[in-house]
Amino acid sequence: MSHDSHGHGGHHELSFARKYVFSVDHKVIGLQYMITSMIFLLFGFGLMLLMRWQLAFPGQAIPFIGRLFPADLAPNGVMSGEFYNTLGAMHGTIMVFLGVVPLAVGAYGNYIMPLQIGAPDMAFPRLNMMSYWVFLPGGLLMLGSFLMPGGAAQSGWTSYPPLSIINPGQTVWILAMVLLITSSLLGAINFIVTTINLRAPGMTLDRLPVFCWAQFVTAILLLLAFPPLEAAAILQLMDRVAHTSFYMPKDLIILGTHYAGSGGGQPLLWQHLFWFLAHPEVYVLVLPPMGIVSEIIANNTRKPLHGYKTMVVSMLFLGVMSFLVWAHHMFLSGMSPALGNFFLVTTMIISVPSVAILTCLIFSLKGASIRYNVPMLFALAFLPLFGIGGLTGLPLGLTVTDIYLHDTYYVIGHFHFVVVTGSIIALLGGTYYWFPKWFGRRMNDKLGLIHFWGSVICMCGIFLPMFPMGLAGASRRLYDPTAQMHNMGVQGLNVVSTYFAYGLALFQLPYIWNFFHSMFRGEKSVENPWQATTLEWACPSPPPHGNFEKTPRVYRGPYEYSVPGRKTDYWPQSDPA
Amino acid sequence: MTTITMDNADTHSGITNAKLGVWLFLASEVMLFATLFTTYIVLRMGATSWPWGWDALNVPLATLNTAILISSSVTIVMAYAKAYDKNVGGFRFWMLMTLLLSFGFLVVKAFEYGHEFALGIGPSTSVFYAVYFTMTGLHGIHIIGGIIVNSALLYMSYCQEDWEHPLFLGRVEGAGLYWHFVDIVWIFLFPALYLL
Repeated sequence: MSHDSHGHGGHHELSFARKYVFSVDHKVIGLQYMITSMIFLLFGFGLMLLMRWQLAFPGQAIPFIGRLFPADLAPNGVMSGEFYNTLGAMHGTIMVFLGVVPLAVGAYGNYIMPLQIGAPDMAFPRLNMMSYWVFLPGGLLMLGSFLMPGGAAQSGWTSYPPLSIINPGQTVWILAMVLLITSSLLGAINFIVTTINLRAPGMTLDRLPVFCWAQFVTAILLLLAFPPLEAAAILQLMDRVAHTSFYMPKDLIILGTHYAGSGGGQPLLWQHLFWFLAHPEVYVLVLPPMGIVSEIIANNTRKPLHGYKTMVVSMLFLGVMSFLVWAHHMFLSGMSPALGNFFLVTTMIISVPSVAILTCLIFSLKGASIRYNVPMLFALAFLPLFGIGGLTGLPLGLTVTDIYLHDTYYVIGHFHFVVVTGSIIALLGGTYYWFPKWFGRRMNDKLGLIHFWGSVICMCGIFLPMFPMGLAGASRRLYDPTAQMHNMGVQGLNVVSTYFAYGLALFQLPYIWNFFHSMFRGEKSVENPWQATTLEWACPSPPPHGNFEKTPRVYRGPYEYSVPGRKTDYWPQSDPA
Repeated sequence: MTTITMDNADTHSGITNAKLGVWLFLASEVMLFATLFTTYIVLRMGATSWPWGWDALNVPLATLNTAILISSSVTIVMAYAKAYDKNVGGFRFWMLMTLLLSFGFLVVKAFEYGHEFALGIGPSTSVFYAVYFTMTGLHGIHIIGGIIVNSALLYMSYCQEDWEHPLFLGRVEGAGLYWHFVDIVWIFLFPALYLL
């Protein structure tokens, strides 16, 4: 089939609204996702800064802005328990569903993937636009829930019943989630069809860049894992609105009164359904960043990735296995030992492909003359830091150790090392790498270095103290850590962690300034500034509507660097000679 | 490597984008309803008592509805066959029949719901009724979605340009796939809720 969607390319001037607001161009939609999700990330980060104050200095008024909060949230500027719970629930929800996933998939996937496969656009451009315009109201509704009567959700991002059925704010959370899930489903269908049908001639599957493979597996996970959460959310909505009892057991006593519903439901059912989504979701958070890191490492080591096939097979295997490990989040919720052993074994198995991917990336560095530019620094930082995140997860997959560690700060440290020093580090590095593609200009290197070192050091400063705190038994859900005597020994670490969190906020300022300043005033970039081989660099920067002047033809694999006998050390995929 | 052609047989599945998209959408729908059936099984296994469908629900009406839905699956295939033959009159007739049958399904369902509400039975009565109302309600929403799509196709067949559009047949096929899926869901719902 020919790329007949070329037909809509560049004949007529579009109005401002059609060009930048209701655009069907995957690049504009990608940037819309990027700006929106970065704002959401910043907001979610801000919620965490408030929580960190409370954890380090419980009972003290929040400085400067404490008095601005309504008295029921923060009387005299001191955070209330309910407010803390709301912040916790919304921080998790916003970071995962409004921040990292839309940034990794909606922004990077949307912008880069069609370019890397040599397609003029996504398979369904209008559906793509609709994904964004369902995502945005979902996100705004989620944020708007702070201002609604009853406030925002306060039952954790996991929304375990019966708490989530009783607490205020949850109904809006569910409605917003349904919008976000719908958006993800539309996007996932689009990504899969695009990857299957729109690859340029010669772009066979074994020539597909690792980033595209990562997006492809991610889309499949989103397609199959989100509907169960949608169903589970509908049941929770029924429990709240129609007073059914899907998740409410019989004869529940709440604050001394008998729960009015019929009972007969099972709270554990929600946990199973939720984690059936949320474990694949972990790989949704991690796979696209792995793809970004692979691209940057191949480009800056100037040699082919070590074990391309191993990495692709590992990603596919990760995708399949991620549906079989969900209950390791629930060892403490209670399950038969046989079932626990099953999930223990599958969890140990799923660590193998993750280690394989990381090992391939580390081996790719061997013998390379590495270019230490800013994106490469982020990619290199990803390797050990994501490694810490992954390896600290192993004791949590073993039932015996998990029972001790599960409700402690150790878990917070573990998954933040995965998502923050893993995913977010890679996503930040990705902006430096692809910025010239998006805007035809480069980001400032000096500011980039400040941002890099500041962020990495602060991130480690925030999350490393959580491991000893967790081992000392500090509960991860307490609003006031000083309420338990055994926490007092490690309370100093909470203060350290908080100061580093404020440091991290400070070190994002050069990044934000760099991003917007470089967008308009940055040093002009050439078409292929990194001398890269993949197809996204074979079209102008920024690419025009329809991307490629004529459909590129692909002659070789994605990482043909330093091929012996060639004058240049890179051999673009679309170069016929 | 000799000529640069638009031929990309090695990178194209040969299935149209729309059809692939519909199949993927149905895959996600399978996961949605599979979750609900799992919920049904888990709640029923854990329940101390569970009413027998024959006692609690109206089996004859549901049987009628099953017949209606199966017939509508036949009529939509007929509509597709007529569209394939470029027979616009035949297409309109069979599409209209499909729509009438789907409205018939909703009317029967409304009588069923109405009778239950009149007896004071609702989703909050027991877990059984919660499952029953949620699953049949969600299925009903899917029926309404199908009615919207099928009506749009019927409407489009009155516009020469749309009817002769090269993608029209594919759209009918997609709608047919979806309709069969909605039908199959009911084929599972009927025994699970009414007969077992």
